[in-house]
Amino acid sequence: MNDLAGFRPARTGGVTARFGAAQASIVRSLVSQVIELVSAEQEAAPPVEDELAAQLGLSDNAELPSDPILARLLPDAYADDADAAEFRRYTEVGLRSGKVAAAQTVLATLPADGGRIRLKTEDAQAWLRALNDVRLSLGVVLGVTDDFDEQMDDLQADDPRAAYVGVYQWLGYLQESLVEALA
Amino acid sequence: MSVAPAEVQQTGTDEEAVLDSPWVTIVWNDPVNLMSYVTYVFQTVFGYAKPKAEKLMLDVHHKGKAVVSSGAREAMERDAETLHGYGLWATVSHDS
Repeated sequence: MNDLAGFRPARTGGVTARFGAAQASIVRSLVSQVIELVSAEQEAAPPVEDELAAQLGLSDNAELPSDPILARLLPDAYADDADAAEFRRYTEVGLRSGKVAAAQTVLATLPADGGRIRLKTEDAQAWLRALNDVRLSLGVVLGVTDDFDEQMDDLQADDPRAAYVGVYQWLGYLQESLVEALA
Repeated sequence: MSVAPAEVQQTGTDEEAVLDSPWVTIVWNDPVNLMSYVTYVFQTVFGYAKPKAEKLMLDVHHKGKAVVSSGAREAMERDAETLHGYGLWATVSHDS
């Protein structure tokens, strides 16, 4: 986590970044969990969500149900329930497959042992969406609010979320560098 | 939406559409999405110039939401679907 090089434009077009093995492992693991989560049927989803919660050390915390992760990744498009359900009926499958495809692009372009990667612009945009889905998921599990920084300052060292705050913040840095490299 | 008066002073088809069209796409504030990313998404999805994309992003950030597009209902639903693909929290509503 200490090597915060991030993405930068590549001389030959697209973007480039160097990942350590641990960094690559974390990104691949979290992205894989998003794939499992969004590609699972509604009924089959809970175990996967529990797995994510478990990896974040929250499995025993009934106060943080993992359903909100899917709700955040696949939000209602209407305030009205009937309109929202109708919209969902026509769009949810495509939305889920789009998120899976973006996440798979990350897995396909990031070697398990890390190293320097170069992404063409199209793949870099998929990375942006996939990283964002991971951060949204972590944000739900960590209970991120607008007062996040103050909130995390008050976090006890033995709080299981503490270890993931660093990951969440590093992913934010990584995504920011990718936006800048693409701009 | 408080975004509308500012739009009146500008010219261009999408601003006029804000005034004329009954359906709008609204993006809501979210503590996770990066400001730079939201701006980038508005530029990429709608083709807005950076100043306009940044203004909309700041409206979302400071006011809690912003109208980002307007037009026919079907078009707004496509916009919301696209924005959901980017992880933005978008809704469609009838602008009364």
